[in-house]
Amino acid sequence: MNIEINNKSYKIKKAVATLLEALIYIKENIEPVLGFDYGCKSGVCGACAVRVNGKEKLSCTYTPQDGDKIEPLRYYPIKRDLIVDKSSQKGLLKRVKTALLSYNQQMLTPQDELKTQIQSDCILCSSCYSACPVIEVNPNFAGPFALTKTYKYAIDAREAKQKEHIDTIQSNGIWDCTLCGECTLACPQNIDSKTDIINLRNLSAKYGYMDPNFNNMNFGGGFGLDFNGRF
Amino acid sequence: MHSVDILIVGSGIAGLTAAIAAKETGASAAIATKGAATKGNSVMAQGGINAALGNIDSDSPNLHAKDTLKSAHNLANENMVEKLCNGGIEAIEFLEKLGVQFSRIGGADTPLKSIAQRALGGASAKRACYAQDYTGLKIVHTLLESAVNLDIPIYEGLFLLELIKNSLGEVCGGLFFNFDTGKTEPIYAGKVIIATGGFGAIYSKNTNSATSTGDGLAAILRAGGELSNLEFVQFHPTTLKGSNILISESARGEGGYLVNGKGERFINELSTRDVISRAIYGQIQSGERVFLDIRHIGEEKLKQLMPQELKLIKQYANCNAAKELIEIEPAVHYTMGGASVNEKFEVTGLKGCYCIGEASNANVHGANRLGGNSLLEAAAFGLQGAKEAAKAKASKIEETELAYTLPIAKGSDNMELFKAKKTLADTLFENAGVVRDENKLSRALSEIESLNIKDLKIDDTPKHSTLLIELLELQNASILATALIKSALWRKETRGAHIRSDYPKESVEFEKNSKVNYDIIE
Repeated sequence: MNIEINNKSYKIKKAVATLLEALIYIKENIEPVLGFDYGCKSGVCGACAVRVNGKEKLSCTYTPQDGDKIEPLRYYPIKRDLIVDKSSQKGLLKRVKTALLSYNQQMLTPQDELKTQIQSDCILCSSCYSACPVIEVNPNFAGPFALTKTYKYAIDAREAKQKEHIDTIQSNGIWDCTLCGECTLACPQNIDSKTDIINLRNLSAKYGYMDPNFNNMNFGGGFGLDFNGRF
Repeated sequence: MHSVDILIVGSGIAGLTAAIAAKETGASAAIATKGAATKGNSVMAQGGINAALGNIDSDSPNLHAKDTLKSAHNLANENMVEKLCNGGIEAIEFLEKLGVQFSRIGGADTPLKSIAQRALGGASAKRACYAQDYTGLKIVHTLLESAVNLDIPIYEGLFLLELIKNSLGEVCGGLFFNFDTGKTEPIYAGKVIIATGGFGAIYSKNTNSATSTGDGLAAILRAGGELSNLEFVQFHPTTLKGSNILISESARGEGGYLVNGKGERFINELSTRDVISRAIYGQIQSGERVFLDIRHIGEEKLKQLMPQELKLIKQYANCNAAKELIEIEPAVHYTMGGASVNEKFEVTGLKGCYCIGEASNANVHGANRLGGNSLLEAAAFGLQGAKEAAKAKASKIEETELAYTLPIAKGSDNMELFKAKKTLADTLFENAGVVRDENKLSRALSEIESLNIKDLKIDDTPKHSTLLIELLELQNASILATALIKSALWRKETRGAHIRSDYPKESVEFEKNSKVNYDIIE
């Protein structure tokens, strides 16, 4: 089987169950200095996400096919080969305040658990971020994983400052999303960020926010108008 | 030049908890971690975190302590076990207030009472709080999100090379290899907390993240600190044959059976891990295959209890666990030993250096750790260790010239690294595995010595070199493997997870910790 990494072809002379095994084979037999990242080998640490034929996959859970083209995730600076610099993730999380800001002593029920069970399965692999077409035109867009994490706290009964989470995502946040659903398709954990973003828009409406795009259309506001949607 | 009150090395549950707790005391805290912050072993923990909340069964910290001591085979310290078990409720409350998405039960009247709990092996009550089968993942990410929000600096890509000591011999920082610059750099600190996890990944068959190579422990040893009980390596009885993907203990806790090729059950499935691993190893040695049978639990319930594992079993073994038997084998899972610490978590022989979590031997697991106690140790001692470190007198920071030669030389054969790594991992598993004896251990020792790992070099530019990281890890692996084998040779008895076929009984003479210093390696 042959796979291509950044347009260079490698022959894998061994049966492999996962792309990660193929990458390790290349490193240990052909190119020892090849750069790729991994940790848990079981789909939960998020380190090994790459693009395969233009789609985001975890190396450790993807079964490679002959002729696969492997590239690093998009939008992040490349360190070496398939390793990208994801350190901006933390700045993003800080910006949208993905943490419980003020604890409200509340009991949760099994129904509450279900509301954010999937959202809290995020492994921070950034597949959704790499798949998002909006970031290509607006690098300041918060992107799917940050918004899903925001949603998780915005509806947590233990959060006394739910509105503050909604406030942080009005600008370069939920209204910039085109609802294309690429993030949802890319997520290895089946997290549906698109729906989370729709839910955040509905919540925003309840808090009195409006979609600034409507306003732009109605009043002829063009691109680049710095409008935070607040009324 | 960075300088901080408390430097934490490692970003798993222990490190993140300690950083948040340290910051809450008013100290400045920073985390240095060798990879991405969420890449370590903690995210892989599925089963749960023990705390005697008594939400399902009647339970108490005393009962929890009793179970823990029983499993430890007389090697645990009662005071430390008490600190651990009493600390359970505080730890869960801390995590609940940060927003961890625990699984819930209905009909409760307080937040903590609403947390679901399940049975794990060796526990006399349903004691493990869990978040579906993503307990570790959800705790780590919640902690990370909180740490980021609290502006705790998290330096990723810093590999600990050496602890830095001042002229009084106190630890006052760490020297790191920076993956992004390819250079070494110091971080100075009044106190250093080592939370770098265990070293299970130095074995060929293991359930650990590839990152668990004991880097903090090797640094402690080189700096003059003491390690203890390294021979106590826990094998997890149920990992997928071949890939060693873990099937968590909750599968047995919920009523899963262990059967051999004849379909016979051969062990009480709720025994402790050492007992079950030994029984499975015996079956495999006698030519049997061993399977986990969870079919009778029912697909619906399995999907709710272990969705992640069902997915992994399908991916790695092409097996539908709701309808088919799952073939399993034991693999290295956890290292009970680590840095010797006093009751304030300070490392023996290293003033100013603290150690928590799997990296430490805080004398709570003894010869065998109970399921659910590792996350508890990480969180509870993360909280307690940070408070102790914050209270203690700071080491005087002296910025000194630190020479360190990276093991790089043009023209080196890079393939030698992979060969040495594989030989070390295989020989450890074969000879210092589930069942050991004098001959096997001695053979492993001379084989590892003959690899001359300390002289290995690679040919690569240091910046962004994963090859260099692998070599630095292998150097540490070789130090720990040697220390482990020497400890296993010393312990001429069978106790908990340390099984010697040539000394099959527990001996009163060895009712004490094994101890190693760097001089026994050299």
